[in-house]
Amino acid sequence: MNFDNEIAQSKPLLDSWGPMLELACREVFDIMLGCRLGQPAPDETIPLDFTAMVGLAGQLRGVLSLRCSPQAAAVMASKMLGVAVGEKDEQMWDAVGEIANMVAGNFKNKLTGMGDGCMLSVPTVITGSDYSCRSLTDSGTLEARFLFEGSPISVELQVHS
Amino acid sequence: MKKIKALIVDDSSVMRRIVERSLRQAGIDLEQVREAGNGAEGLAALQGGAVDLILCDINMPVMDGLEFLRQLQGVPSAKGTPVVMITTEGSESHVVQALSIGARGYIRKPFTPEQVKQHVTPLLEDQP
Repeated sequence: MNFDNEIAQSKPLLDSWGPMLELACREVFDIMLGCRLGQPAPDETIPLDFTAMVGLAGQLRGVLSLRCSPQAAAVMASKMLGVAVGEKDEQMWDAVGEIANMVAGNFKNKLTGMGDGCMLSVPTVITGSDYSCRSLTDSGTLEARFLFEGSPISVELQVHS
Repeated sequence: MKKIKALIVDDSSVMRRIVERSLRQAGIDLEQVREAGNGAEGLAALQGGAVDLILCDINMPVMDGLEFLRQLQGVPSAKGTPVVMITTEGSESHVVQALSIGARGYIRKPFTPEQVKQHVTPLLEDQP
């Protein structure tokens, strides 16, 4: 399968990945954090203060980003480690970056034929909301929104052709 | 099962904690746990003596897990030490490549403690 052409020419293909992205997120939170993701209210604002990004290269090129509040990030780290993690703790950055990395890996492994043709970057974590992120994406964006322990979170996949 | 010394190589300190906890939850009695943030640090950690088990990520800065495996073949104290890869890189080619250069097992993230037990316990039972 030539993903390059298919991604560029087929919005339905990108749309069909939505359920897989959602499943990839749910599995990571279920297995690694022991919690089920809920559904946020449709008009709920997603905080931008904490963003973990993982680059994808090869047959599937783009950026996967996970956005949440610092409070939610601290809860994620606490659940992963099994100990309380404060909002100033560096482990919070590490934990959220690792979650984004696992979601990206889990997602690409669900795409038939993609596992071998796509590589992941090490995660990058940005804090603060006063920034602009401009991706060279030209083939579309997938977004999955969830409620994590009462806080809205967003996982977004921007795809390059 | 005897007490073992383990080396955990992963660029995420959180993941190193989780892997260690999973080993303990699997009932593995850890006498010592050494940690390294990449393959080069992993090789350096082995200069402190042999270990009974190595768990290693693939996608790491400085030296990745596959290069670590290659260079590990030249480390006398690591001869016969089982290495299990724990990684998000779950592609068939990565698995084949890792197994062909010495890995004895492969666990995909996300993973459960039960999966760690299933992959690691038989390797430790094989040891004298």
